[in-house]
Amino acid sequence: MSTNANKLILEATGLNKSFGAVTAAKDINISIERDAFVGLIGTNGAGKTTFINMVTGYLKPDSGRIVYDGQDITALQPRDITRMGICRSFQIPQLYNSLTVFENMMIGLGVVLHHAGRGGFFSRGEALVPGSEKPLHVVAEEILARFDLSSYRGRPAQILPGGVRKLLDIAMTMVASPKILLLDEPTSGVSAEEKFGIMDMVMNAVKTAGATVLFVEHDMEVVSRFSHRVIAFYDGRVICDAPPDVALNDEEVQRYVIGGHRAQG
Amino acid sequence: MTRDHTYKIVLAVMAALLVAGFFLPNWAKFLLTIALCKGLLVLGLLPLMRTGLVSFGHALYYCLGAYAAGGIGIGWGISDVFLMILAGGVAAAALSFVFGFLLSRYRGIFFGLLSLSFSMILYGVLVKSESLGSTDGFNVVQFTLFGVRPEGDMVRYSMLAVCVLVSGLAALALHRYLGTPLGLLGRAIRDNEIRVEYMGGSARYAIHVSYVISATFAGMAGALVGSAVGHIDPEMAYWTQSGEFVFIAILAGTGSVLAPFLGAIVFGIIHSYAFDLAPNAWQMILGTSLFLIIVFLPHGVWSLFGKRLRAQG
Repeated sequence: MSTNANKLILEATGLNKSFGAVTAAKDINISIERDAFVGLIGTNGAGKTTFINMVTGYLKPDSGRIVYDGQDITALQPRDITRMGICRSFQIPQLYNSLTVFENMMIGLGVVLHHAGRGGFFSRGEALVPGSEKPLHVVAEEILARFDLSSYRGRPAQILPGGVRKLLDIAMTMVASPKILLLDEPTSGVSAEEKFGIMDMVMNAVKTAGATVLFVEHDMEVVSRFSHRVIAFYDGRVICDAPPDVALNDEEVQRYVIGGHRAQG
Repeated sequence: MTRDHTYKIVLAVMAALLVAGFFLPNWAKFLLTIALCKGLLVLGLLPLMRTGLVSFGHALYYCLGAYAAGGIGIGWGISDVFLMILAGGVAAAALSFVFGFLLSRYRGIFFGLLSLSFSMILYGVLVKSESLGSTDGFNVVQFTLFGVRPEGDMVRYSMLAVCVLVSGLAALALHRYLGTPLGLLGRAIRDNEIRVEYMGGSARYAIHVSYVISATFAGMAGALVGSAVGHIDPEMAYWTQSGEFVFIAILAGTGSVLAPFLGAIVFGIIHSYAFDLAPNAWQMILGTSLFLIIVFLPHGVWSLFGKRLRAQG
């Protein structure tokens, strides 16, 4: 196998997806290299989230193939894809609202331990998490500290402020030691003052974990600051795939994606 | 961090019941025994209810447990109460393990009614089985404890003591389970099943495990009731019996492993007094009680204690 193939962690080839008369993905071909930080941009309905949903198994493409680390994952269920190392956060945080922040973390770690064959489902904190070889509750506390969430550990998720909910949603993806992290609009609903702080915190945590990142984002300042590569979607197609300084100045991207945002900015 | 006093409280309640049992009249010992058995069954429903699932068919396992316990008595002459409980629990666990593969696919009303349908199938089979006594059922051999057959007042007390021991140990085990990641997963599924799948968890697996636990407790409870009453019949599998368990579960609330036992005792008191005061209208009193509980204590009677414990904490 070539060196280039070894560097690739994700390859999507010829993905198509339609919902009735609406085409959400048209012949999508994307290759992602290991350790890349990729920004996915596009207007609402352009196909960004459809792409993420297909990669994570929530939607099955009508045609095409998705290969992760040499394995075809096109037909796998979301939980199987997650267990392989592809994790995602959500545009609207998906939390366990009646549970505390700490319990939200413990559930994810319990799942990880169980699938590592360590019986973590029946442990109350004493089992060791694979990789770190630290007890369950210690790892949970460490991840919370990394995302500056320790002070919220005992609070039910349903009463958390918006920015904290967003961070917890992302922190919960880290328990499975992801190899690819898909972040769906990590700064949506977050104030302008908080967004860079949140992205710094998230990206530092991701770098520590050594994960490849794909993030959907509408804020071009965030995209240009935190991505190494930008993939622009329009009408279900990829219209540009280039480094941020090139992509954000591309004529089609300017016309179909950025125009409105620049005006807002 | 709030300290968990549940283990100490359960052990203290067990000790108090064992001591108080000596001084209770036989009729009260019997009512308390039956209440604890029903509490044990409702305890098993607790992890399912925390997952957001209500079973209208656990009388299936209650009846199966009783018939398994009675069956080993008649078939093999086994009368040891602990072996009878084991037989009831194992029979229920085995059947629920098989049914769980199907039931764990369903949610909401479909889960409830599918479980009810299974219990009515068993009811129909038992009613038509002359070898098992048809609608009359059959008598269960008098229980022994490690080869000793209790006599006189000790019959009721020893059965009460066994119920206290089994129910208490089951409550402690379930409390431990509910604090594990798999136990918490139940509440996570109720909150957000999609997220569970996106964290690599299997909601169906977690529901299957909870279902088998609940059925095992139901089977044990059925075996205990069969031994305590000395007679079993197909009515134990009838849908109104399942409804009674759901009634107790709503009356009790899901706030603690002690709640089902409190709920079962309160239900026993209401039922006994309603029947005594209005033999022809006791169902109306029960219905009114449930109405008042749902309106004024939506989290069950345990919420009265839960609030007090939290306030002290």
